[in-house]
Amino acid sequence: MGKIWLFKKNRLEKKNDISSGKKVRLKIPYLGFTCLALFFFAVIFADVISPYDPYEGDLINITLPPFWQDGGTTAHLLGTDMLGRDVLSRLIHGSRISFLISVGCISFYGSIGIILGLISGFFGGRTDMAIMRLTDFWMSLPGIIVLFMLASVYGPSAKTLIITFGIMGWPNYARIVRGECLSLRERDFVRLARVAGCGNLRIMFSHIFPNIMNTIIIVATIDVGGIIVLTATMSFLGLGTQPPSCDWGLMLAEGRQYITYAWWLVTFPGVAIVVAVLGFNLTGDWIRKILDPKQKLR
Amino acid sequence: MKNSTTETKDNTLLEVKDVRTSFFTREGEVKAVDGVSFSIRRGEVVGLVGESGCGKSVTCLSIMRLVPQPAGEIISGEILFKNENLLEKSEDEMRQLRGDRISMILQDPMVSLNQLFTVGYQLGEPLKYHNKVTGSLKDMCIDILKKVRVPSPESRINNYPFEFSGGMCQRALIGMGIANDPDLLIADEPTTALDVTIQAQILKLMKDIQRETNASVILITHDLACIAQICSRVLVMYAGRIVEKAPIKTFYKKPAHPYSIGLIESVPVLGRRSKRLYSIGGQPPNLLDPPPGCRFAPRCTKAKKVCFESYPPQITLEEDHDVSCWLYSED
Repeated sequence: MGKIWLFKKNRLEKKNDISSGKKVRLKIPYLGFTCLALFFFAVIFADVISPYDPYEGDLINITLPPFWQDGGTTAHLLGTDMLGRDVLSRLIHGSRISFLISVGCISFYGSIGIILGLISGFFGGRTDMAIMRLTDFWMSLPGIIVLFMLASVYGPSAKTLIITFGIMGWPNYARIVRGECLSLRERDFVRLARVAGCGNLRIMFSHIFPNIMNTIIIVATIDVGGIIVLTATMSFLGLGTQPPSCDWGLMLAEGRQYITYAWWLVTFPGVAIVVAVLGFNLTGDWIRKILDPKQKLR
Repeated sequence: MKNSTTETKDNTLLEVKDVRTSFFTREGEVKAVDGVSFSIRRGEVVGLVGESGCGKSVTCLSIMRLVPQPAGEIISGEILFKNENLLEKSEDEMRQLRGDRISMILQDPMVSLNQLFTVGYQLGEPLKYHNKVTGSLKDMCIDILKKVRVPSPESRINNYPFEFSGGMCQRALIGMGIANDPDLLIADEPTTALDVTIQAQILKLMKDIQRETNASVILITHDLACIAQICSRVLVMYAGRIVEKAPIKTFYKKPAHPYSIGLIESVPVLGRRSKRLYSIGGQPPNLLDPPPGCRFAPRCTKAKKVCFESYPPQITLEEDHDVSCWLYSED
């Protein structure tokens, strides 16, 4: 009896959703937004909110545990590392490095990818062929190994990271933009622009490009998460930013040898990475849903 | 009002001479337009009829030099616009002409406008490209919308295309087409995407505007009713060739080509009781490998032996009335 009732109720609800004409509300990713808010708060107000200088050690108070553990003080909320530097301050300042690197990378390889993709999709034919084969070749390169190589040749630093990621990351964008461009260039408004006497450049940048913006924003947001993880990976392996930088990956790497008696040195940077990546991914997903015209969710 | 230095004595604006446009596909060469010749006088409205795929649109794209690249190519012929051969012009020179002296109205108004910009912005584009802006661009756009009779143009220019109805979008497109006061306006099935009542309005609007601006119009359509309403001459195309050219009255009273006769027969007449609507049997030929003789011969009820062997010459029956058919040949 109960089962039947449940079934009926479900069906009724479903029917109501469709027939009432109400638009189904899209869930706002509060978790994602909170994570992102935390991250940007740290990025913007790093100088104001961090209690200590992230680079200044205090050799009297080395490896202090977080405040709730025995021996911890509220002066150092998340404890200190082996040189007595405040973990919380370092985490807060580390967000800036992650942010700068991801923004730098995305604007760098995004612009390469977008321009190549537009050219490829718009002109088609041999140009398209050439660019797409180059893209295929580039994608077949084992990314992380090339990253290692470039980083070891040019010396590990944040700048190298941005450039190497930039060199490796564009094919993705080129492909996506090309795909969109292929379908857009056949649209009637492009034909109309031609009929009205527009040149190729004008059509590409003032008619097609704005129509691709949606997709680019979505991909870029989701990409930020990936880049934060990659940056951390490179720093962890010693090929990214160098000490005494407070990059999260580097903090992980430095804390690794003390993991047996100072767990907070690896845990908190890890948590920071998770928070940032989760924030960007969830928000990116949400943006994808609201910008998708096929989904009538608002 | 218009620049008349290059005008010819006989008032011809556009002369298309033996134009051939082909598409090169994997299966071979598709001769979409195969030796089309016609001319358009100033201030004339000419209908171009034919069934789907007979090369109407490609003919007009050839005039605009906008045949889809790289598959399509204009192989030979001459297109004289004000006595200048368009096929010899550079891409830059063509761009100067497009949207200025020659403009085009596309088939589907709802998708022809970019959804991301306001109608006003897009109306202003042809003016901007061709440096025709004098005074306020906004006022010019409002004037254009007034010309095409869009109600309350002052507020409408700030609307996005999705806020416009199909008919209004088509009006806006016509407005873009005539923004620079062109000499030649090509309308590629301007009413196909609209419902019948709006169709009549749009055709009337086009006729009115044509009278005001004295532009020549090529109206591509497969709707004979459209043609009857606003055209003064008709060109009938079949499988990449023009089979008959006739003034509108002659075309309806005594069509010469069997294909034209068939077309007119197959229009339902209100109030006439007949068992079945007439239709021309068979299919149009495959343009990859067209028959050697008259293209219509396999479907023609009056076909003779010669029809299958060689293509008929163009025969002038009376002034302005030409037909390509062996039935009218003396030999």
